[in-house]
Amino acid sequence: MIRILSFLLSLIFIGAVYAEEWAGADELAEEKIAEIDPNYEPWFEPIFEPPSGEIETFFFSLQAAVGAFILGYYIGKKRG
Amino acid sequence: MHIAEGFLPPMWALFWYIVAVPIVAYGAYKTWKLIKEDEKKKVLVAVAGAFIFVLSALKMPSVTGSCSHPTGTGLAVVLFGPAVTAFLSSLVLLYQAILLAHGGITTLGANITSMGIAGPLVGWLFYIAFKRLNHTLAVFLAVAMADLFTYVITSLQLALAFPGESVLKSFETFLAIFAVTQVPLAVIEAIVALGVFKYFVEPVYLAKGVAA
Repeated sequence: MIRILSFLLSLIFIGAVYAEEWAGADELAEEKIAEIDPNYEPWFEPIFEPPSGEIETFFFSLQAAVGAFILGYYIGKKRG
Repeated sequence: MHIAEGFLPPMWALFWYIVAVPIVAYGAYKTWKLIKEDEKKKVLVAVAGAFIFVLSALKMPSVTGSCSHPTGTGLAVVLFGPAVTAFLSSLVLLYQAILLAHGGITTLGANITSMGIAGPLVGWLFYIAFKRLNHTLAVFLAVAMADLFTYVITSLQLALAFPGESVLKSFETFLAIFAVTQVPLAVIEAIVALGVFKYFVEPVYLAKGVAA
């Protein structure tokens, strides 16, 4: 049990540390699209974009936190 | 794996919406029936959904020097089959499209098709094929394949929309970005999902026969 938890925690830690330095695969794909078809212009812009990196991180954390809360609640209830 | 807002030509954006909408609608109906039927299943639906929420929020580095995130759909598809998984995934993708500018409204259909439908479907087929042989192996393969094939399908979607010289060549190009990055993440996700499944889901699952 503890082994699994510490493994999970280390995953989250690694993710948090490197996230800024390593580009997302999504962005690499966007670059490739520009290479394959230089004339392509995205025809639609996001309606709302997180105003800063911090806020983007907040929404990502919120998403993970909501999920983790539900999982934790379930595990806690089961182990009672 | 999300295709960014506006990065699919309108025709393809529409096409993938047409593919995704009926399946998500059927999944929503099935989920509704499931949670009304049985309290235990209701809890497991929440767990499967929560698993997708957590895992798809974790952007992790991979051997290729780029980052990507697991999908978390494998657990849901093993428990409830592809339709319910499609519905649960569409909730996460909608959240990310609206609040994170990750993915997009115009590409939502395509992203649901890859992460919510096609990837989990492949995982589910692996689960069915292997579950009699060895249940642990079946869960492991289902989760890993659901994750990996999500990105294979994304690559295919991009290749179809941006064929360049040939669809096949373009497909290889996108596979090199997405699928290679994803292999280690798919394995990690499968290990984590297996842990959740073994320790917390299986006792309930075996007792009640929740399988889809």
